[in-house]
Amino acid sequence: MRRGEIITAGILALLSIYMMWKSTELEVGYIRGQGPGGGAWPFWLSAIMLICTAMIAYNWVRRTSPPSQSEEPVLDAEGRRMLIQVGGGIVGFVALINIISMYGAMAVFLFYYLWFLGRHSLKLSLTLSLVSPVAFFFFFEGLMRITMPSGMSFTQPVFNLLYSIIY
Amino acid sequence: MEILGLLGSGLLEAIEPLNLALIFIGVTVGLWIGAMPGLGSVNGVAILLPITFLVPPGSAIIFLAAIYYGAMYGGAISSITLGIPGASTAVATTFDGRPLALQGRASLALVTAALASFVGGTVSVLLFTGFAPALASVALSFGPPEIFALMLLAFATFVGLGGDDIPKTILSICLGLVLAAVGYDEVSGAPRLILFDISGFLHGINFLVLAIGVYGIGEMLWTIDSTRGSITMSEAKLTVKGMVSDAKEATRRGWKGTTIGSLLGFFVGVLPAAGATPGSLMAYGVTKMVSRNPREFGQGHPGGVAAPEAANNSASTGSMLPMITLGIPGSPTTAILLGGMVIWGLTPGPRLFVDESEFVWGLIGSFYVSNFAALVINLAFIPLFIWMLRMPFTILAPMIFVLSVVGGYAAVRDMHDIWLMVVFGISAFFLRKFDYPLAPAVLAIVLGPIAEPTLRQSLLLSSGDPMIFLNRPVAGPITVIAVILILLPLFKVIRNKMRGQKMAA
Repeated sequence: MRRGEIITAGILALLSIYMMWKSTELEVGYIRGQGPGGGAWPFWLSAIMLICTAMIAYNWVRRTSPPSQSEEPVLDAEGRRMLIQVGGGIVGFVALINIISMYGAMAVFLFYYLWFLGRHSLKLSLTLSLVSPVAFFFFFEGLMRITMPSGMSFTQPVFNLLYSIIY
Repeated sequence: MEILGLLGSGLLEAIEPLNLALIFIGVTVGLWIGAMPGLGSVNGVAILLPITFLVPPGSAIIFLAAIYYGAMYGGAISSITLGIPGASTAVATTFDGRPLALQGRASLALVTAALASFVGGTVSVLLFTGFAPALASVALSFGPPEIFALMLLAFATFVGLGGDDIPKTILSICLGLVLAAVGYDEVSGAPRLILFDISGFLHGINFLVLAIGVYGIGEMLWTIDSTRGSITMSEAKLTVKGMVSDAKEATRRGWKGTTIGSLLGFFVGVLPAAGATPGSLMAYGVTKMVSRNPREFGQGHPGGVAAPEAANNSASTGSMLPMITLGIPGSPTTAILLGGMVIWGLTPGPRLFVDESEFVWGLIGSFYVSNFAALVINLAFIPLFIWMLRMPFTILAPMIFVLSVVGGYAAVRDMHDIWLMVVFGISAFFLRKFDYPLAPAVLAIVLGPIAEPTLRQSLLLSSGDPMIFLNRPVAGPITVIAVILILLPLFKVIRNKMRGQKMAA
């Protein structure tokens, strides 16, 4: 945790500097007759962020914050496995949306989580994975009139069938 | 007496069979729409507006007001049960509602939310009935310096009373404010902070992208990591006796938050361009500030649920006031309602009370009835919400992830933002590991779009002199309190050092 604390502060300091630099694309000072320039607000806020990261680093040197005193790893083997399986599952879910549609990606993600990670029965996993996207479809597309991504063209026959029910 | 007579006739109109049915349908629909992450009252009112042309204008506005009320109640449900703020108005409810649910006390949180919402709604309707024209003129005297001072006070409560690492809290607030500044500069229209020149940042960052990322993804990853995924979401149990006991505890520990939320929420709601979101966040901050145990806030204090819930309901009525009396909408939802009124042939403004008194008092009467209907329907649904929480975690967790992604997309309709939400979620997981408080960042991204323009307008008014925040009668005291709160941690450090020196001597 101790090393992670200073690395995180370092990353946030770099982010602050980057945002300060990016803010200077617009005026960061006071323009007579117009008030503060468009870049002033984010520039000075990023500057305060940078000062805060320096204070976090100072506390790290003095070992006053709990993470700076801890020698435990940020993620143990189990934690890393969880992050890869669950976090990776979410990334996979989002990546699939533009390929097999929001509802298709939802079904795949639910089945992956329920059956592979949750160790639920195949029957329950399949039921929830198939019923939930259909329910979401009728709620969002039918009731709320919100169109979700329908993926690549090969999904169209399924959507045409579903749209014929609600329209 | 004249007002009571008009109110009486308004109440009679509200309980006519058609209107009463519309109130119950509207509240129920609103409750479920509000409970869905990413959807709020604005979606419900906008989507159902065309349906209202089937009924007379008086019934139509009653139906939409009922949806508005129902959605305000519903926003708390996903904040408490799923830990995802259903709408910006329910962000502050997550701060204490979710910890209560994780402690197996979701019933207490839901009952507190329902009761506080009811009280907030009732107080606001009473204020609306008695002081509508007077309050509208006071609200108009609030200029940019006063509104910015209020925003500063909301941030200051997190710094002074948060109990978290101070540099990390300030960093979190600034990060939220900078993220809120991404997109376009409102004054010059020039693109601003287009990070890594990715065009998706041109439309800015919707607060929901950060809120759902932090609470729907980051917080869930943290829960799975810290418990190794082997828990049930909550051990909440529900009995009638338990609900009565929860109601007693909610009253005992939440009365202060409810009172503050009801009054503050109404007044902030009345301010043009403010609305229920700043109202609920400020009510949370002020309740924490005046509490004897501010450190319990954020850990699962009923007052932390009561204050924002009373405030957002109170503000939803308050924001109708400038719409009806002046024709100025106080929130996006009231802007749509205003549009509806114009389509129905009504002209909002000072003459509405005189020319269309039947319509106005029927609407006010419907506020009373909607408020009561929302309480009854909300309490009736609590067993269902508790049942949801008792699902195995391995079923609930993927459902929350799915709701986060779908709800996020429904709100922003852009895949760039969904990817950003995932990035925020994973970053929030790591930041949480290093004790960075993330609630201030969410608060800041919500209030940023109000804080920056009011600061710029104020400095423009004063030709760059920051004393404008101190030498105005209303803004001055608020700014002084905010500065004291910001400096409070420094005073504490000095006091502790002096005590240490005395002990050593």
